[in-house]
Amino acid sequence: MLAPESVNMNKKRQFFPRQVVEAGGNRWDWALLPIVLAVFVLMAYGSQQMSRPYELGQPLPLSLDPSFLPYYLLRTTLRMFIALGASMVFSCVFAALTTKYRLAEKVLVPLLDILQSIPILGFLSITVTAFIAMFPGNLLGVECAAIFAIFTSQAWNMAFSAYQGFRTVPAELSEAAMVYQLSGWQRFWRLELPFAMPGLLWNMMMSMSGGWFFVVASEAISVSGQDIKLPGIGSYIAMAIAQSDMHAIGWAIAAMFVAVLMYDQLFFRPLLAWADRFRFEETGSDTAQQSWLLTWLRRTERTQAIVEWFGDMLGRSIALFRLSHDGTSIRARRDQPSLVPQRVWDAVIAAVVFYALWSLGHFISTEVGWSEVGHVFLMGIYTLARVILLLALAALIWVPVGVWIGMNPRWASRTQAVAQFLAAFPTNLVFPVAVVVIVRFNLNPDIWLSPLMILGTQWYLLFNVIAGASTIPTELRHAAQNFGLSGWLKWRRYLLPAIFPSFVTGAITATGGSWNASIVAEYVSWGPTTLKAHGIGSYIQEMTTAGDFPRIALGIGVMCIFVMGFNHFVWRRLYTLAESRLHF
Amino acid sequence: MSTPIVELKAVGKHFRGADGSARAVLEGVDFTLHEGEIVALLGQSGSGKSTMLRIMAGLIQADAGQVLYRGMPLYGTARGIRMVFQSFALFPWLTVQKNVELGLEAQGMPAEERARRAEKVIELIGLSGFEGALPRELSGGMRQRVGIARALVMEPEVLLMDEAFSALDVLTGERLREEILELWQSGQIPTKAILVVSHNIEEAVMMADRVLIFASDPGRVRAELPISLMQPRKAESNEVRQLIDKVYELMTAGAGRRGLISEKEVKLQLGDRLPQAGIAHMEGILELLAEEPFHGRADLPQLAEETELTDAELLEVLNGLILLGFAYLTNGDILLTDLGSKYATASNTERQELFGQQLLEHIPLVAYICHGLEQDKSGDLPEDLFLKLLRFTLSAEEAEKALRVAIEWGRYGDLFEYNFNTGVIQMAKEDEEDEI
Repeated sequence: MLAPESVNMNKKRQFFPRQVVEAGGNRWDWALLPIVLAVFVLMAYGSQQMSRPYELGQPLPLSLDPSFLPYYLLRTTLRMFIALGASMVFSCVFAALTTKYRLAEKVLVPLLDILQSIPILGFLSITVTAFIAMFPGNLLGVECAAIFAIFTSQAWNMAFSAYQGFRTVPAELSEAAMVYQLSGWQRFWRLELPFAMPGLLWNMMMSMSGGWFFVVASEAISVSGQDIKLPGIGSYIAMAIAQSDMHAIGWAIAAMFVAVLMYDQLFFRPLLAWADRFRFEETGSDTAQQSWLLTWLRRTERTQAIVEWFGDMLGRSIALFRLSHDGTSIRARRDQPSLVPQRVWDAVIAAVVFYALWSLGHFISTEVGWSEVGHVFLMGIYTLARVILLLALAALIWVPVGVWIGMNPRWASRTQAVAQFLAAFPTNLVFPVAVVVIVRFNLNPDIWLSPLMILGTQWYLLFNVIAGASTIPTELRHAAQNFGLSGWLKWRRYLLPAIFPSFVTGAITATGGSWNASIVAEYVSWGPTTLKAHGIGSYIQEMTTAGDFPRIALGIGVMCIFVMGFNHFVWRRLYTLAESRLHF
Repeated sequence: MSTPIVELKAVGKHFRGADGSARAVLEGVDFTLHEGEIVALLGQSGSGKSTMLRIMAGLIQADAGQVLYRGMPLYGTARGIRMVFQSFALFPWLTVQKNVELGLEAQGMPAEERARRAEKVIELIGLSGFEGALPRELSGGMRQRVGIARALVMEPEVLLMDEAFSALDVLTGERLREEILELWQSGQIPTKAILVVSHNIEEAVMMADRVLIFASDPGRVRAELPISLMQPRKAESNEVRQLIDKVYELMTAGAGRRGLISEKEVKLQLGDRLPQAGIAHMEGILELLAEEPFHGRADLPQLAEETELTDAELLEVLNGLILLGFAYLTNGDILLTDLGSKYATASNTERQELFGQQLLEHIPLVAYICHGLEQDKSGDLPEDLFLKLLRFTLSAEEAEKALRVAIEWGRYGDLFEYNFNTGVIQMAKEDEEDEI
C-alpha cells in the first residue's frame, strides 16, 4: 500500500513524538470536531441526569419556560435513541431466532402479530410498577418505564421487517453462503443483516414517528395515584395542555419541528444514503438518497478511521466464530428429522391456547360481563367506520394530488421529502387547537374529532402515491398519450391501476397508524375541557384514566381483533392482488 | 483410470407428493468424477441434473445411496468443492474484492493473506482495477468473473458450474468459457476436476471430456459419451458438429418417458407433465420447417441455430409439436407430418380450430378439463381442482407449470376461457356472428 516516498517520509519523521507525526486529519476533520464534541457533551449530560436519586411522590421540577425546551428535547431524544437501539437489537435477535428455529417461529411470530396491534398505553400501565421496583430510590426506574413504552411503539414493526428480510434471502445467496461455509455468525453479518437492512431502516423511520406520537403518553405517567412527569418534551406538552397554555404549545410545536428536522438531516438521511449499498436490485438506480452529512463524514479521515476500526472488530469476530469442520466431518452428519419434538410442541401450544381461551371466558364472565364485550365491539365498529371513511376521504384528496406531483419529476423528489417529514411530525400537538375550535363553535365531537386520527397518517398515503406515480414507465405514459386517454377513462384504465400497489402500501401504513392514533384522537383534553368521541380509542383512554385494568385489557383485546381482522381480510387480499397483477 | 474424487453410488432423491407418497427426482444415479477431467451434465428440464449437482456440492442430502468425497462420506458442503452459480449469487453489498475474499474470511484467514490471494486470482481472471467496485456496477460477464474468482481463490479440487454461462449473452459466455478452459489446460489453477451442468449442447461438447445425458422422471443417467477431441476445439469443425448431432440424438432417442421428447410414440396420460412450449414458438417452428431450406425435414442442431432458441427451449417446443401430431422424430431429425404441413399454410381461424381438435385428441389434461366443464351445470370450474389432481403425480411447481400450459393451449384452441383474477376456467362462449 505505502508508496516509496511515504516510506521515506516516515524515516525522516521517526525522531518526533508519535502524536505529532501521525496527527492526520484533513480540513473536513477540523470542521466536524465541534459537532462531535458537542454531541458527546450533551449525551454525557443527558445520561447523567437520567440516573438521579428519586423517591415516588417527590415532585420533579418542570417549567413551561421555553428556555428549558432544548434541555427537555435532549432528554426526550436520548430516550428515543436508547429505545431505538434496543429495538434494533431486539429485531435482530428476534429475526435470527425465528428464522433459525422452527419451534420459536411457531410461537413468536403470531405473538408479535398480536403485540403489534396492542396500543402502547397498554404496555405502560402494566409495566411501570415493575420498573420502578427494579431501581428503588432512583429516577432510572421511571426512565426505564418510559423508554420501554417508547420501545413498544417502535420494536414490533422493525422486528417484523427484519424477520421478513431474513426469510426472503434469495436461495442462491443462501446456497453460496453454504458453499463458502459461512457460520451462523458470519452469515448473520455478511448476508442476512445486510439483506434486511433497507427494510429495517425504513421501518425504523416509521417507528420513530410512532415514538414521537406517543411521547406525551410515555413521559407523563400515572401510576398508583401518582402523576410522574419525567423531564422531557412530552411532559412539557402534557403540562401545557393541563394549564391550557397556547403559547407553550406553540413553542413545543416549534421545538418538535426543529427536532424532527434534525433527526431527518443528521440521522435518517445519512443512514438511508449509507444503506443504499444494501439494496438488492443489482442494477443501479437513480433514486438513491443523498445526504450532505454522510458525504462530509466520508471525507473526514478520523471518522473513516473509526468506521474502519469497527469493521476491523467485526472482521475479527467473523474470524473467531468460524465453522470448525466441513461436510466431510462426522459432525456434519444430520440425523433423520424426528417429528416427535414438533408434535409435543404443537400439543403444548394447543394446551396453552385452550387454557387461555378458558381463562378469557372466565375473566369476561366474572370481571366485565358479556354485555360489556358487546358494548366494546360496538365501539370498535364506530372507530372502524371512522377509519374507513377518513381513509376514503384522504384518498380522494391525495391520490389526484400525488399523481400530479409524481408525474412532474421536478416536484416529485422535493415534495416526497416534505411528505416524509410531515409523516414524522407528531400531529397530536395540534389537537388542542381542534379542541378550542370545537368548543368555540359547539361542534359535534363524534364527527369533528375524527379527522385528527388521520391527520398524521395521511402523509403515508401521499408519499406512496407520489412514489408510485413517478415510477410509471415512460413508455406507458406515452402510450396513454398516444391513444388519447382522457377524463375518467384515463383514471380507470391507466392511472389508478398503475399506482394501485403503492397506494395499498401507503393505505396499510395509514390505517395502522390511524387505529393507534384513535386512542389519542378520540379523547382529547385541553385544560379542564375534555372532548370524547364514541369509539374504542376513547374507551381505552377513559379506562386508563380510571385505572380499570380489566376494561383496559378488554378494550385492547377487542382493538387487536379489529386490527388483525382488517389486516387479514382486507389488506392482505388487496396486497396479493397488487402483487400478482398490478405491477410493471 | 485416474483417481476418483467424488463418487455417487445409487443416489436417490425424493419429494413428497400431494398424497404423501414419495416421488423420485433422482433414482439410482451412479457417477464418479475423476481427477483431471471435465464432465458435462445434459438433460431436459426436470431431469434432476441440478439436484445432482447440489448433492455433490453437499447443499442437499441424498435420500438414498452414498456420496463419497475422497472415499469419505459427504454430509455437507466441503472445503475442496466449490460452486459457481447461474445468477452469480454475489453479495451486492460487498465489493469485488470482499466478494472474492468471502470464503477465505469465513475460514478466519488474516486480512493481509486474504488480500494477497484475492489479488492473485483477480489478476488471473481479468478483474484487475475492479477490486473496489460493487457488483451492481459490473456487466453480467464481469459479475460471473467475480463468481468464478470467488470459487478459484479457495483453490478447490472440484469446481461445480451450475449453468454458469447461461445468464450471459452468447458472445460473453463463449469468451468466458474459453478463458476457463485455458486456465484449466495451462495448469494455472489447482482445480483437479470440473463438473458443468448445462442446457447448451455445444457448450458441453466444446468443454467436456465426458458428457452425461440425463433421462427424466425420475432423473437418472441415460447415456454417457466420452469426447476425446483435443483442445482447443473448433465449433465449426466436422468432429464437433457430428458430436453435437449425436448428443441431440441421444437426448431424444431411447425409451422415452411420458411427457418428454422421444422418437418412440408414447401416449400422454392425464397426470403427466406438459412441455413448456408457447404457441408463438410452436407456430414459428412449424412455419420454419415448412419453408426453405428445410422443406419439412430438419437436422436438430441446424434448427437450433436457425431459431436461436436454447437447446432446452427448442426441445420443449419440438416435444409440443410431436405430442400434438404436427411433427415426428427419426434419427435425430425432425419431420413435419401431413397435418403439420397443412397447419403451416392454414389461416388463423383454421389453425385455431385444428389446434383445438388435436388438443382434445392428444392432450388428456385438456380433454379432461373440457369434459369437466361440459358436465358442470355452471360451466366453470376453479383451477385448484386440476392443480390438486396434478399434484398427485407432479411436484407443486411442475403441476402449476403443466396447468399453465394446458390453459394457454386450451385458450388458443378456443376450448375454454380462463379468468386470471378468480382462477376460474370457463366454457368457451359460442361465437356469435354479430359479436365484435
